[in-house]
Amino acid sequence: MSEDRFRAAVAAGVLASEEQHRALLRSIVEVARSMFAAAASSVVLLDEETNELVFEAVVGEGEDTLLGERYPSSKGIGGWVLNTRQPLVIDDVSKDPRHQRDFAEQTGYVPHGLMAVPLLNEERALGVLSVLDRQTAFSLAEMDLLGMFANQAAIALDLLQRARRAKSALDLAGADVSAVAGVAAALEQLEGNERDAGLRLLGALEQVLRAQRA
Amino acid sequence: MSEAARAPEPEPIPAWSLPADAVDRIALPAEWPERVTRDWAMAGSTGAGVRVCILDSGVDPAHELVGEVERAVAVTIGDDGDTYVERDQEGDLCGHGTACAGIVRELAPDASLFSVRVLGAGFTGSGDVLLAGLHWAVEQGYDLINMSLSTTKRNFAEILHELADRAYFRRTVVIASAHNMPVESYPWRFSSVISVGSHEDPDPNVYYYNPEPPVEFFARGVGVDVAWLGGSTVRATGNSFATPHMTGICARILGKHPELTPFQLKSVLYLTADNVGGRRETP
Repeated sequence: MSEDRFRAAVAAGVLASEEQHRALLRSIVEVARSMFAAAASSVVLLDEETNELVFEAVVGEGEDTLLGERYPSSKGIGGWVLNTRQPLVIDDVSKDPRHQRDFAEQTGYVPHGLMAVPLLNEERALGVLSVLDRQTAFSLAEMDLLGMFANQAAIALDLLQRARRAKSALDLAGADVSAVAGVAAALEQLEGNERDAGLRLLGALEQVLRAQRA
Repeated sequence: MSEAARAPEPEPIPAWSLPADAVDRIALPAEWPERVTRDWAMAGSTGAGVRVCILDSGVDPAHELVGEVERAVAVTIGDDGDTYVERDQEGDLCGHGTACAGIVRELAPDASLFSVRVLGAGFTGSGDVLLAGLHWAVEQGYDLINMSLSTTKRNFAEILHELADRAYFRRTVVIASAHNMPVESYPWRFSSVISVGSHEDPDPNVYYYNPEPPVEFFARGVGVDVAWLGGSTVRATGNSFATPHMTGICARILGKHPELTPFQLKSVLYLTADNVGGRRETP
């Protein structure tokens, strides 16, 4: 096992869990929905292996059915926003028959209007944040607000992806590294004298293990 | 590396100096007025004779707000990794390219429209397709290329930069959507293109010069009724709709003054902007 993967695996033990990241993403879409008094809000993540967009967080319409659902990254407004890195606001979407069909396929729900913004972390395009059927009047200031949320969501998505990669490395490495990662996680919880004692204990354990090998 | 990701062929080396007997040769063909006004710049022009390329998701030529599209091609990547430019059989896959074409048509009704589809095949390879599409469009010598899109990939930035410069030196003006998010994206940040952000005024003829670049101009981009798929219209907002407004205005200026270089065109835009000296005399 390479040192990088070992580091990633051990880090997985001290990183927040998948559930915590999901909660963070969910809180972002909840706030986005609330700020714009919208019917729904969602975050989709790009799966680069399958070239699909996957629903990672949904509130409002579709929240019971959409989580984990996928659609091609070439499709519809989400695909366009991701590929062009350009935010987009469309009203009266429902007038467009092809979009009605796309939305029905993707979400089971046809909105009248939507705001969609790409989730960008440095040079990577990670996914798209959407706000559907907002009640507020639109202004450029609102677009900036959505952009700020998108920045936050992009950081959360980046963390989620890192944690998944680390977990995957951990799973591949087997039980030995899981045990070490568990110890790292336990150590991370300690403070002050307890932490010092924990570190001394680990140092002693390392010496015992090395002595056995010798 | 695919065809698209290669840098363009270098331009022939230009003359670096100007001998005394060559001064007449570079005399400007146009009479430059004492004061450049919108009247001088574009009054009476419909964009006739100007070739405008929409580099986007394709264009629906059957939409009544778009009208005739002289040629439409789609750029794809084959299994061998090379890029191909073929006649576009599918039209618009999203609605966005049709929206951009309709906006240009509204402002410059007699301009010739061309579509280069670089979107629609999904995320993978989209950067290569974008580069190949721009490369092809620059080679065609279009007067204007509307790019309501950008990329964040740094390894594409250098080639995009070379293509943007190449276009500029060949008198092809690239008009590109600016980005209002805290990331670096291209090509709008290059000074050889005209970059566009949105203002909130509903008048499609209002445009402002920004003295604090990188965004150079602001055009109408909020609550615009645009052509969309299936002959429909939607109300849309974004810098990607401000950009074709600027493209349409450029088409009208070039329709009246086809001799203008990109530098001169940008200068005319500056001089005629609503916040400079060019509050319009004619709508």
